[in-house]
Amino acid sequence: MVYGRGYEKGDEDMSELSGLKAKLGLDVFKHDSEPHIRIKPGMEKDPRLKAAVLVCPAGLYTENANGEVELTIDGCLECGTCRIACGTEVLEWNYPTGGAGVQFRFG
Amino acid sequence: MEKFDVIVVGAGLAGLAAAYTLAQAGVEVLVIEKGDYPGAKNVTGGRLYVNPVRELFPDLWKKAPLERFITREGASIMAGERSINVEYCGSELSQEPYQSYSILRAKFDRWFAKQAERKGAMLVSKSRVDDVIIENEQVVGVWAGGDELRADVIIACDGVLSLLAEKAGLRTLGNPKDYAVGFKEVIELDSTLIEERFGLEDNEGAARLFMGEVTRGKFGGGFLYTNKDSLSLGIVVGIKDLMEGSPTVQAPVLLDEFKQRPEIARLIKGGESVEYSAHVIPEGGLKAIGKLYGNGILLAGDAAGLAMNIGVTVRGMEYALASGYYAAQVVMEAKEKEDFTANSLSVYEKLLNDSFVIKDFIAFKEAPTVLDSPRFFKHYPELMGNIMKDVYEVPAGPKDRLYPTIKKYLTFKEMWSMAGDMRKVMKI
Repeated sequence: MVYGRGYEKGDEDMSELSGLKAKLGLDVFKHDSEPHIRIKPGMEKDPRLKAAVLVCPAGLYTENANGEVELTIDGCLECGTCRIACGTEVLEWNYPTGGAGVQFRFG
Repeated sequence: MEKFDVIVVGAGLAGLAAAYTLAQAGVEVLVIEKGDYPGAKNVTGGRLYVNPVRELFPDLWKKAPLERFITREGASIMAGERSINVEYCGSELSQEPYQSYSILRAKFDRWFAKQAERKGAMLVSKSRVDDVIIENEQVVGVWAGGDELRADVIIACDGVLSLLAEKAGLRTLGNPKDYAVGFKEVIELDSTLIEERFGLEDNEGAARLFMGEVTRGKFGGGFLYTNKDSLSLGIVVGIKDLMEGSPTVQAPVLLDEFKQRPEIARLIKGGESVEYSAHVIPEGGLKAIGKLYGNGILLAGDAAGLAMNIGVTVRGMEYALASGYYAAQVVMEAKEKEDFTANSLSVYEKLLNDSFVIKDFIAFKEAPTVLDSPRFFKHYPELMGNIMKDVYEVPAGPKDRLYPTIKKYLTFKEMWSMAGDMRKVMKI
């Protein structure tokens, strides 16, 4: 997988993630009691999930060494891209409960 | 259990337009919003074109918290190492009533919701609608945060994914080819710096679209809008292209690369990012618009698939405002007849068909297919960049004549393909 240019894969991966964390840190998030998006149990290796690693603007999906896709819900912008890209057979997808999740101040 | 005349789900532009219009006519309307406040979950690029909706809400615009009126329209074709820029200024853009404004939705929607409340609409924030209540094949209400709320009709304005439309059986999960994802940063920058850098005075604003290398040749482009004291800078890219197109790239990388382009870096220099946001955008055009109503339910705005990218303009908010307005009109007619079945609500389709909304979608129905060609986003930007490079270059030795300089790029094969693309573009 290619993560930008001019860097070794590992370096770019790291710098990319830390840059995104800082960006997401600008946003206001309100805590939810449970994650609003889940990878359906047993679907972690489903090829449809691999798209999420590419499309998520918040970079919340990663693929681990076992080829399983993992999701960190903190920082979710609720944009809906993963739902469109991967579908609801592999993702259990809902919005956060009322008043929780990202709260844009500019939008 | 509580009963209302109308429940609007989602305090975005469509929902608030519907609520504002209904409340103004004295109809009892409840707006349910899952965010902390209206606008908390809403994202735009963004720019609002006022002309198509000005008369639908005549009292709204004078005090609306819009950012800057756009007087400079820019387009950039970006190749890897070079770019070609066009800027259009016209006296009509600087004359009232202004055609379009940059806008920040958290600010605007919050204000718009207040105006709707002033007209008598009820607003409940921090409440997520979980399901529709269907009895005898008629939508009769919603479940929201454990509460059963009933109404004669539900107007679903819950955005591009519209989980409500799915639950009501009006549509199924969308196809990636019909959607794009937009993501942007709001970058705070002193207003005098904005005015200097973009050649603006007072509340004038600039809008710029970028295509080519910004999306690594994928369907989409970059955008930049000047707000009062910030810039909205972002990328829109087709989800299907992002999923499978070569080269493989993670979405957020595109925005970082865009910001690092020298053409952009100097515009945002000294600015401070204050927010990062993202949202899916419906871009499937006419073909992707599904059923817009059912028994006891109407869809408006992004939930109805009403957004459109035709390259030079990317629009959705006017369609949201207008569809919300027309949904309200339909509800008022249905109320007169005391009939909220799909048959009665079908007037909605007629109203939209007769308005600029569906007329635009029909006029530009070929745009999604035509624009879905890597030649526009990769080949032409590079080709044009290379031609410009040679045209402007003064080498150490003698310079070639201009015609042969250009001609060497425009081979017979190239001209043949261009003619083919031109024929396609003429359909837009």
